Amino acid sequence: MERIVYRELRSTPKVWGVMALCAAFVGAAGIEVFYVEKYGSIITGLNNQIVWGIPHVFAIFLIIAASGALNVSSIGSVFGKMAYKPVARLANLLAISLLMGGLAVLVLDLGRPDRLIMAMYTYNFTSIFAWNILLYSGFMGVVGIYLYTLMARGVDPRALKAASLLAFVWRLALTTGTGSIFGWLVARTAYDSAIMAPMFIAMSFSFGMAMFMLVMILTTSITRRVYSPELRTRQARLLGVFVAAVLYFVIVHHLSNIYLAKKTAYESWILLNGGIYTWLFWVGQILIGGILPMILLFHPKIDTKKGYVLLAALLVVIGGFAQLYVIIIGGQAFPLDIFPGFEVSSSFSDGVINEYSPTLGEFMLGFGGIALALMIAGLGMKFLRIVPDNLSDDNVDPAALAD
Amino acid sequence: MIIPTENPNGAEISRRDILKSGAALATITLAPGVTLMAFGGKAKAAGDDGLKPNARWGLLIDAAKCPEDCSACVSACSTEQGWENNGLSTDPQWIRKVTLREKETGRTNSLPVMCQHCEAPPCVDVCPTGASFKREDGIVLVNRHTCIGCRYCMMACPFKARSFVAEPVTGQRTSTPRGKGTVEGCNLCVHKIDRGDGTTACVEACTATGNNAMMFGDLNDPESEIAKAVSTYASVELRADLGLNLGVRYQNI
Repeated sequence: MERIVYRELRSTPKVWGVMALCAAFVGAAGIEVFYVEKYGSIITGLNNQIVWGIPHVFAIFLIIAASGALNVSSIGSVFGKMAYKPVARLANLLAISLLMGGLAVLVLDLGRPDRLIMAMYTYNFTSIFAWNILLYSGFMGVVGIYLYTLMARGVDPRALKAASLLAFVWRLALTTGTGSIFGWLVARTAYDSAIMAPMFIAMSFSFGMAMFMLVMILTTSITRRVYSPELRTRQARLLGVFVAAVLYFVIVHHLSNIYLAKKTAYESWILLNGGIYTWLFWVGQILIGGILPMILLFHPKIDTKKGYVLLAALLVVIGGFAQLYVIIIGGQAFPLDIFPGFEVSSSFSDGVINEYSPTLGEFMLGFGGIALALMIAGLGMKFLRIVPDNLSDDNVDPAALAD
Repeated sequence: MIIPTENPNGAEISRRDILKSGAALATITLAPGVTLMAFGGKAKAAGDDGLKPNARWGLLIDAAKCPEDCSACVSACSTEQGWENNGLSTDPQWIRKVTLREKETGRTNSLPVMCQHCEAPPCVDVCPTGASFKREDGIVLVNRHTCIGCRYCMMACPFKARSFVAEPVTGQRTSTPRGKGTVEGCNLCVHKIDRGDGTTACVEACTATGNNAMMFGDLNDPESEIAKAVSTYASVELRADLGLNLGVRYQNI
């Protein structure tokens, strides 16, 4: 067994090609932002009923995936699974970059992004959004310190342990905050549930692990480095467990709602009659994002099937987007029950399922966020010693793999 | 019926105070550098800003007197505040007429819905910058200078009382600043109240039609017409289950 060596990515056409592609997506997002700034949200699919659209789906996916990516690192440092240690640096870098990508989308989707400074010095401490501003910015600082303790020479192991523990606790707080953005909304039938926070934590484990594995597979293949099949298999199995955990929370959430008479109308709509939302729930979220990846990830031959792992991680990400679309857009599409016991109608969409047709520009902004995250991660890997150069099975401690 | 003002002498601790204390504690723990921000100045006592001391402005709406085909209140608000709804889903609507049909009996009804000026407004709780705020006299407003257009208040409002300005604004009223990218809603004609008109545009218009379905006044003043009406006749608030204590009450829904 050799010592793990971390090396910067070499300047190859493939590396710069991926960067250029990401830059093109970021540029496209910039064009969308410019036009929305100039003309207002009238040129997007948003309206007075659906006020958070596709950019929020992307932003929240990236934010919860960021905290989930950090888990890969926490498993090594907090829970002592040494097999994960060699990829801890990448997990930290990815946690920071995914969060940056998500926050960029969130901020640029504001009605007044030019007034963002307001959110920096006029805090309202009853707002979970204001808490999240602290949680998000603090997360970058804490993970940055943790990354430093991983990379610097001669760091006291106790400092590394303390930093990793702080980052782990912080990430739990962060995702609790993100889930509570919805969980604490009493107005809407689809939300108003404390289960949102733990469900978002399970989602973050799943989406973050999937994003990590996709980046790892992409990076090791374009740089001709090795992604230890042993480690890959371990991570694949763990991803399967995370996917199952998400399904568990989804089932409990919906069963609880079905049991409450006041929420049965919403449940029968979203599960049976909701059109695109029902389709996205059963096919996108449950089948593509849940059942299919679990079949692949728990396949007995997964250790030799790199393609299965890649496909499963992709499916988890696609299912994750479907799930967030159903939660965020579906939750707004269902009408508010202002007058229980009455059928209502008005000139302001009372009593009807609200329409939302996302524009290409909104997708451009969302994909721009993903591209920005990958670009930051790519630049980090290019200029810092993040990715192991020799992560073969021989170099992953077999004793660690056995535990 | 007298509806108390929010914590006038500081003797009671409200739900928001508890939330604020929790947030302050969390801030001390999580981010010592910004702790000072958690302890903003004490709220001004009522009356300091020339407001009527201890007032709780509100509306009483009698659905039995509100004809389905009348929308005088909506037109009056649009004219007074300078917003226009041409039927697009992106157009603002500060006040709307809602037609109700009781599912079990088929009885129909009609009434206007606008910001309900909650005592515990969810929009104020969720606003990250404090742009959504409640005056001492119970009027819930949006400060356009600090609104960053996050729309979280629109997600949180149980009454769909707010609109997002989706395009550049022209023809603004001097009394009602509006702006692209910010959120807006019924301000209970705060400019009229502050200059002593003693009523709102919607109530004026409703009275002018002769329907007299809307009444404006100080719910905390036992001598006011509205306080006497709500203490004499049955009235309800929308989504009473949420415990928000609304400034707008309805009769005969």
